[in-house]
Formats: sequence, C-alpha cells, structure tokens
Amino acid sequence: MTAPLLSVRDLSVEFRTRSGIVPALKHVSFDLAPGEMLGIVGESGSGKSVTAFTLLGLLDRAGRVSSGQAMFGGQDLLRLGQGALNELRGAAMSIVFQNPRTALNPIRPVGVQIADVIARHDAGSTATLRARVLDALRQMRIAEPERRASAYPYELSGGMCQRIGIAMALACAPRLLIADEPTTGLDVTTQAAVMDVFRDAVRRGGVGTIFITHDLALASEYCDRILVMQSGEVVEDAPVAEIFTRPRHPYTRRLLRSTPSSVDVIDDLSPDEEPLPPAPPRGDRLAAPVLEVRGLSKSYAFARPRGLSNFWKPRDTAMLRAVDGVDLVIRPGEAVGLVGESGCGKSTLSRMINRLIAADAGEVLLQGTPIQRISPGRFASLPQRRLIQMVFQDPTESLNPRFSVFEAIADPVGQLLPHEGRAALRARVERAATRVGLPLALLPRYPHQLSGGQKARVGIARAMVVEPRLLVLDEPTSALDVSVQAVVLRLLTRLRREEGVAQLFVSHDLNVVRLLCDRIIVMYKGKIVESGTAEQVFNRPAHDYTRSLLAAIPRLRGQRALGAT
Amino acid sequence: MRERLLLLRYVLAENPVNLVALLLLVLLLGCAAVGPALVPFDPIATETAVALQPPSALHWFGTDQLGRDVFSRVVVAARLDLAIAFAAVLLSMAVGAVIGASMGYFRGPLDTIGSRTTDVLMAFPLFVLAMGMVAALGNSVSSVVYATAVINLPFYIRLSRAEVSVRRSLGYIEAARVGGSGHARILRVFLLPNILPALVVQASVNLGWAVLNTAGLSFIGLGVRAPAPEWGIMVAEGAQFIVSGRWWIATFPGLALMLAVFCFNLLGDGLRDVVDPRTRT
Amino acid sequence: MGFLVGRLLGLVPTLAGVVVVTFVLTHLLPGDPAVFFANSVTADAATIAAVRQKLGLDLPLWQQFFVYVGQLAHGDLGQSISTGQPVAADLLQRLPASLELTLVAFAIAIAVALPLGIAAALRPGSLLDHVCRVLSTAGVSLPTFVSGLLLIYLLYYLLGWAPEPIGRIDPFAIMPPRITGLLLIDTLLAGDTEGFGMAARQIVLPAVTMALFALAPLARMTRAAMLGVLSSEFIRTARANGLRRRTIIVSYALRNALLPIVTTLGMIFSNMLGANVLVERVFAWPGVGSYALDSLISLDYAPVQGFMLVMAGIFVLVNFVIDLLYAVIDPRTGLLTHA
Repeated sequence: MTAPLLSVRDLSVEFRTRSGIVPALKHVSFDLAPGEMLGIVGESGSGKSVTAFTLLGLLDRAGRVSSGQAMFGGQDLLRLGQGALNELRGAAMSIVFQNPRTALNPIRPVGVQIADVIARHDAGSTATLRARVLDALRQMRIAEPERRASAYPYELSGGMCQRIGIAMALACAPRLLIADEPTTGLDVTTQAAVMDVFRDAVRRGGVGTIFITHDLALASEYCDRILVMQSGEVVEDAPVAEIFTRPRHPYTRRLLRSTPSSVDVIDDLSPDEEPLPPAPPRGDRLAAPVLEVRGLSKSYAFARPRGLSNFWKPRDTAMLRAVDGVDLVIRPGEAVGLVGESGCGKSTLSRMINRLIAADAGEVLLQGTPIQRISPGRFASLPQRRLIQMVFQDPTESLNPRFSVFEAIADPVGQLLPHEGRAALRARVERAATRVGLPLALLPRYPHQLSGGQKARVGIARAMVVEPRLLVLDEPTSALDVSVQAVVLRLLTRLRREEGVAQLFVSHDLNVVRLLCDRIIVMYKGKIVESGTAEQVFNRPAHDYTRSLLAAIPRLRGQRALGAT
Repeated sequence: MRERLLLLRYVLAENPVNLVALLLLVLLLGCAAVGPALVPFDPIATETAVALQPPSALHWFGTDQLGRDVFSRVVVAARLDLAIAFAAVLLSMAVGAVIGASMGYFRGPLDTIGSRTTDVLMAFPLFVLAMGMVAALGNSVSSVVYATAVINLPFYIRLSRAEVSVRRSLGYIEAARVGGSGHARILRVFLLPNILPALVVQASVNLGWAVLNTAGLSFIGLGVRAPAPEWGIMVAEGAQFIVSGRWWIATFPGLALMLAVFCFNLLGDGLRDVVDPRTRT
Repeated sequence: MGFLVGRLLGLVPTLAGVVVVTFVLTHLLPGDPAVFFANSVTADAATIAAVRQKLGLDLPLWQQFFVYVGQLAHGDLGQSISTGQPVAADLLQRLPASLELTLVAFAIAIAVALPLGIAAALRPGSLLDHVCRVLSTAGVSLPTFVSGLLLIYLLYYLLGWAPEPIGRIDPFAIMPPRITGLLLIDTLLAGDTEGFGMAARQIVLPAVTMALFALAPLARMTRAAMLGVLSSEFIRTARANGLRRRTIIVSYALRNALLPIVTTLGMIFSNMLGANVLVERVFAWPGVGSYALDSLISLDYAPVQGFMLVMAGIFVLVNFVIDLLYAVIDPRTGLLTHA
C-alpha cells in the first residue's frame, strides 16, 4: 500500500460556548490515500464539517484543537502557523463549500476570483493567467467560458456557481481536496450533473478527496471508502462495498435502515420503531373525492429591467406561468405525492389548494363544494377551513417563537372550533399531542427548547387537531436528519392508516414519495407531466423528464437502478 | 421568563457598560420622578444678588444670570425633557409600527403610498423639518412632541415594514392562516409581538435622539419657553457667558443632556445584545 | 443608463412631495404676513386687505399653491421682509458659507471615521476596538451646540488657540473677490495666503464640532459593516484559497463593506445639514441656517420656506449622487454593463 496522502491521528476539537466547553471531535483518526475519494457521512452535529475546517485551519475563534496530528506532505497541519497554512491553502490543498452562491464574492466577476487564486500561488503573465482561468472553467464543462468568466455570481444559477467553486478549488492542481456538502440545496438533476463533473475532474487530476455529505446514497455512488461519524466520533471506516453489505456498527445499521432508498415499503424503514398498523384495503376508487382541482392556473408577473430605450413605455412585464392548467383528484384516505424540482410550481399549487393564495383560473372543489370564488382572506373564517390543513417545510420557522407548544396546537382550535370549552380544548390538544407521539410534559415548552423532530411533531399535531379530511404536507421532512425523517414518515403513515386522512405530499424526493404515496404526480414547468401509481411511475415512466429525474437520484450501492425496466 | 432574567444577568455581567447604562437610567428617572420635590432651591425664583456665582458648596453648579440655582434647574429639567422624549417616541412607535407592519403585510398600493410618503419625510434634514413643524404648529410643548414623533416616524415605518416582510412568508404565519386566523389577528397576535423587540431597541436609540431634538429646538428658541427649566434653554442662556469664562451655566445642563443621550444609546446597544446576539457590534 | 434615467425619474415625486410639505407647513405659520408687508401693525384694515390682495393671500389655498409653484418654476422664492431682498438672492449669498462648513466637516469625519472603524473591525476586542466603541457612543450622545460651546471655552477662552467665534473671517479683514463663495478656495485663487490662514483658523472650531457629531455614527457603521463582511462565507472562501490578508481586506472585504457605509453617508449628510442651524448659531456663522433662524423668529416665512426647500433639494441631490456611487460599486444594480 502506498503511503497515505493525509494521515489524521487522534484529532480532538472543542468549542467554547455560553454553556461551557463542548467537545466537537473526539479522537478522530483516518487515512486518505493519494487519488482516493473518501466519503465522510453523518447527521448534523456529527462533526464532519468541523473535521474539514480543522484540517484547513479555518476553525473560528471559539474552536480549539485539544489533541492530535494531521500529517500532510511531511508536515503536521495542526502545528502550522496561519502563514504556512496560507501557502498550502488553495495550492496543495483546497476546499469546496456548501451554499455556492454565498461562498463567492458577490461584487467581483467569477473569473477574476479564480484568477486571484491562481495569481496568489503561481505567478505568471496576464495572458497565461487568463488562459488558465478559461482552462479551469472548461474542465468544469462550462460552455462559453469567456462570457462566464466576466459574470457575477448573481447572474449564474446555483449549479453554475458550484462549478465555479470547484474550478477555483482545482485551479492550482491541489493534491488534497475537501468538498463540504457541495451539492446540498441543489436540485437532484443539477446535483447529478455537478457531481459527475466533479468526480471526473478529481479523477483526472488524481486528487485525494474528502467528500462530506449527509446523504448515504450519494456517498455510496461516488466514493471508494466511507467514514461514518456520530457525535464527534468515527464509528465506522470501511470500503464502500462492505459498508452496505456488512455494516458493523449499530449506528451505521440504523442510518442505513433510515435511508428511504434502502427499503421497498415504509414498514421496513427504521423497523426498530413500534410496528405500523396494517394498511387498510385500497379505498373505493369511486368514493366522492375530498378534493378535486380542474384547470387550476396561476401566473406571476416579473418586470424586465428598464433601459434607456423603454423607460417611457408601460412596464414591460412578462408572465411566468407558475401553475398551468392542473387537474387533480384526491379521494378519502388516499396519499398522493406531488414531485418536482424547485420552481416547477408545486409550492404554488399546494398553496392555491389551501387557499393561501388566489388562483387566476380553474376550480377547486372541497368535498364537492367550489371554494375558488372565496377570497383567501374570507376563506379563513369559513367552517370548510377546518377540512384542509397544512404542514410546513421548516419545523423551526413554522412555529411562532412566542407560543408554547400548547398554545401553538390550541390556536387553530380557538379559531376554527370557537365553541369548545376550556376543558374540551385541553382534552383535544392533549389527544392530538399524544397521537403524534409528543410527551404531554412538552406542552408548556417553547419552540427553542425543542429538538427538530419534536418541532415537526408539533407542526403535525397543530394540523391534525382540528380533524381535517385532507392534509397538505409541504416538504415536511426536508430540513430533518435522515433518522428523524424516518420517524416522521412513519408517523405520517400511521396517521393515515389509523384516521383515514387523505394526504397530498409535496416533495422533491422521489424516494420518500415512493414509500408514502399510492399515487405520484410529477410536475415540470407548471404542468403535470406524469401521473400514476407509484409502481407505474417508477418502473414504467412515460415522460422523458420523469426518466431523467429517476436517473439522477443517487442510489445505494447494490440497489437496482430506478426507472430501469 | 426565568430564562430571560438569566440572560439579562449574563448580559449585565459580561458587559459592565450595560450595568452603567441601567444605573444611569435609574438616576434619570429618579430625577424626573422625585427631583422637583428634593432640590434645594426653587428652579424659577430669581435672586439677582447672587447672580453668576461659580459652583460652590451652597450652589453646587453655580448660579445663572438671574441668580437661579443651576443644580436645581438641571435636576428639575429632567422631568420635562424625558416626558417630551417618551411621549414622542411612544407615539411614533405605536403609529409607525401599525403603519409599517400593514405596509409590509398587505403590500400593494398601501405600501407604495406609504413608502413614497416616508421618502418625502426623509428628504428633509430631520432637524430642519422639526423646526418647520414647531414653527407652523405653534410654539408649544405639544408641538415639540408632535414634531419629534413625526421625524422619528420613518424609522419605525421602515423597520417594522422590513421585519414584517421577512416574516410574512414564514411557516408560522401561513400556519396561522390555515388555522383560521384573519389578517387583523395575524398582525395583532403573530406579527406585532414578534417585531416588538426590534422596535424596542430602535425606541431606546430614538429616545436619545428625541432628547437631543427637544433640546436643540429650545436652544434656538422653539418649543419650550423660558423661564421653564429645560436643558436646551439653559445651554442657550449660558452660551453668551462662555466667551467671558462663565462656563458653568451652559456646561452642567449640557452634560446632563449628554448623559441622558449616552444612557439611552448604551441601553439600546445592551438591549440589542439581549434581543439579537448575532448583530452584536 | 436605464438605471440613471430611472433614478432621475424617481426623484420627481419626492421633490413634488417636498414642495407640498413646505408649502403647507409655511402656510400654517402663525402671524399674518400682510401685516408685516403693510409695514405697520396699526395699519387699517383696508390697507391690510389691499396688501393681502397684492400678495395673493385672499385666494383659496390651492390657487395660492399653483401661484407658488409657478413662481418656483421661475426660481422665485419670494421676498424676505427682514432683509428686503429676494429670498433666492439671500440664500445664494449665504449658501457657500454653510456648504464650506459642512463639506470641511464631512471631509474630517470621513478621514477619521473610516480608518478608525476599519482598524477596530480588524482587531475586535482590542484596545483600539474599545476606544472606537466608547468614542462612537459618546460622540453620538454629544449635542453639537454643547460640544461647540465646550470647544470655545477650552480652545478660545482657556487656551487662546482658536480665534473668537464671530463668523467666517475677521470683520475688519478684506474679503477676497467672490468666485466660488468658498473662502478657503477664493483666498487661494486670489493668492492671498494670509486670508486663507485666517479663514482656515475661523473654520476649524465649527468644522470640528460638526465633524465630531458626524464621526461617531460613521465609525460605528464602518466597524459593523466590516465585521459583517469579514464573517461572511465568501471571505472564508478567500481564506481557504490562501489569498493574502491584504487582498482579502482591501479587494474583498472593504469593497463589500463600502455598500452599507455609502448608504450611511447620505443619512449623515442630512443630519449635518440639520445640525448646521445649531452650529451656525453657536459660532455666529453667516450661513443659511442663521438666516432661516432669524427669519423664523421674526415670522418672515418666505425665507424659511426657501431654506427648507433648498435643504431638501441639496439632500435629494446628495442621495442621488450616493445612489450613483452605490451603483458603481455594486454590479447588481446594472449601471455598469459588462460583456
């Protein structure tokens, strides 16, 4: 075996906080071979990003290395001063950050930013500098590199910004590259494209790479070896093939079984939890629908910037058809998945169904009653409001910081069922809390005293407390760690099986939707392009877009390719 | 609540300056509340025999050109100056918060009209606008209150508009609508209480400005009129004696003024730390 | 280019609003100007009525407004009762004094506050940082009319370093030929170094007084803006790529921090225009502030109206310049097109 490129031994890091000293890394050890791609996988707080920042000497003032060494090119990175580290950073080792747009200087052309890095480490003439910048962009398969080089970050898409970020990191041909969640927040098709470009460039340059991610499937597709971290410790370090076939550590096993793509039915997801009730027989396909939507449309105007030539004309507005003639039927007890990438109109659609925003055209029938003529403001005070409820994306942002858990759950009851007495109200809130598995002891607490999973449960309890017939779920788990997500997904399934509430599950994640829903609808550019049972959509997709979406989903090693017949 | 108290203790302990600010505030409010009952001399009674005396054991801050005790006048003036400032800022905050929050929540024509009006108000140097308003509304204390309230209005409108704009699309506002709350209730129960901390920080800083503004107006002879004890008037009266070396007549009310503004500014910083530790500067 | 035109068009409603507000405010002023123009408080009712008619004061308010706008369009701001001169001429005569004072103070404030704020932000928690913090909080708390008086007492009465606070120039000195109206420049143009020294000595105290007042918020904002930018993610990227500290601070941090600083400059300039009134009074400075104040006290409303308009006009202009500056720094406004 060749000598490792990077050898980390016994690395411990602690942070000074208001509540004392908190350990962030505990005796972390691993090796990285030259040209190897090592995945570091873990949930939030596992210390994976702290590892990256420590190696590059980018820890903020509150962090302190308390022990260990990190040998790289014959030097201990942890013992180097900032001056010596600065010579290495961007040259021998570099990093790609999350949030590509904010990681770039907003008021400097991206080409100049790459040139800054090259000029810092390899002096050369302006002409060679320019050639190297363009070359770095071409490596990332960026079309028209001359034009892109003079663009500012705000003019580029998120995926393009991340290609620029990678180009910058690879510009001086480093031997070590750390990528910290480089594709988190990007759409799945964009993610696949960026990851392919990234892998090719890294392989071509023979760069030893540490790839940090929370997505086990993504790591398994691109990495040679995987390190699993849990609360500051490395719990498993194994070649990728082995980790999925013979996981040794219980945490790894739990993580694997919480990953939606690892199982075929929801009952197998996190099977250590209390077993789910059996699925009721498929509902009567002829039962009167809870919700029927016909030809629903919504356009947004966006103003073109004014120039000297058109400033006196009426404002030149282009209409963006966010939702374009959508038809949809949801029957009692049914779970329908609404899938699409950002900007496809799925959020707008779910908000129109909920009467949070008014539609331009079309009909919405709630239990057969048309509600689209009622203005969103007035709909709030009608008895029908109770029938359709919603669970929101970010559990933290969806709770009023000034309401206790009890107040948060009780608030809709006070508005929608105002004639219930205090005792009945309390009983109702406690019943809702119990149903979502929220201990009653948490009722007097405030949101900032709860964990992410608990907040998600409060959001679900608040929606369920008024006994709706349709629950619209807007990416309810996208902000949660995978193990918490598994628990919440099981909870939602339990609620549907026990109470028969219909669910419209809006998500970008096909794997999650596949487990939860009977039927799947795929949206693309405001239109429904595919609709069918989960089995049909996954195995016999009719539309090209669905196929490309399925192909882009990261798969666990050994799992059969989605969308392949 | 207990947690807030703990945080308060933490903030006071970490930055002793905050403690100083709090003590100063207590002192100022004390002067305003009980000062007139405690001072050794009548702040208005003139006694020309002892005019223009430098500070002494009897007259701690000396006497002015009419023989009035400067110390008594400085202490008594706290009530008027603080009352004007508090009245103006509360008025401004209440009106500005409702207008700004509605603009941020409803958007549309209301927002356009409101923003335009704020732009016009902000186009005037604020002190100049206050001058014009006091002159127009009549030379009285209530005019000063209204003028000060109006020139502070744009800050509250902009602040609450911005704070509401950030929050209106948050999950908990949408959840409230799904939960059957109308627009008025959302503004009242969900938005205004959540933007209140930011408003209070702004109010603390504005209290300082309001005191400065009031004193500035009376310094140039607008608003409060002699012989009422008021810091700005006292500085104006003492100004003519500075060049002849009688520094105490203008200096002590000036220092009192400074201390009051300093106190409110420090308090604003401290409150900002409590409310939002991230924007700490 | 479209940006420029858009900005200029955006000024129109604001300026219109300013004219309306000024008009309404000055017409609420107490006292009947006709009585003053009749030159006697005891003039009989008929004379006053005649004067009212001559001045157009008998017209309904909205008609008076249009008459007023029409006069404005011709640059006519009315007559001053106290000086007997057209207000426009009076203001033009005194404006250079105010501008000179404000600009010198503005320059001093920027020259001190920016380096101080930047230095404090680069070493948070250091002695310099604490000095900056205390200075800036104390500075905002200092009323100009008090600090001005204290400076006079200290530097003129006690130490005798500064000249007597009686305006721009010794009353017995010969004024240089008026070219720009700014004494510091006119004396230099006339080659009168002695006059320049005298004018400079006179302006130091009032300018420092004003600068003290402007310095504090500017230093505060600079420090906060620099700290904010330095902790942003793109600075972390720059550090992770080994860029030199100098490059990071100047090309990356400072340029981004300039955006909020430039915006603050407008606000500070406005405050200085307002503070002019107080500082001019303390130092007997013959600018537009003193002029407006004298007129206000003698219930002479045309000059007050003119003063408010001119102040608002200058401020709107300054804000326009600041918008342009902002646009030059920030490509996102689309002023400077690129390939």
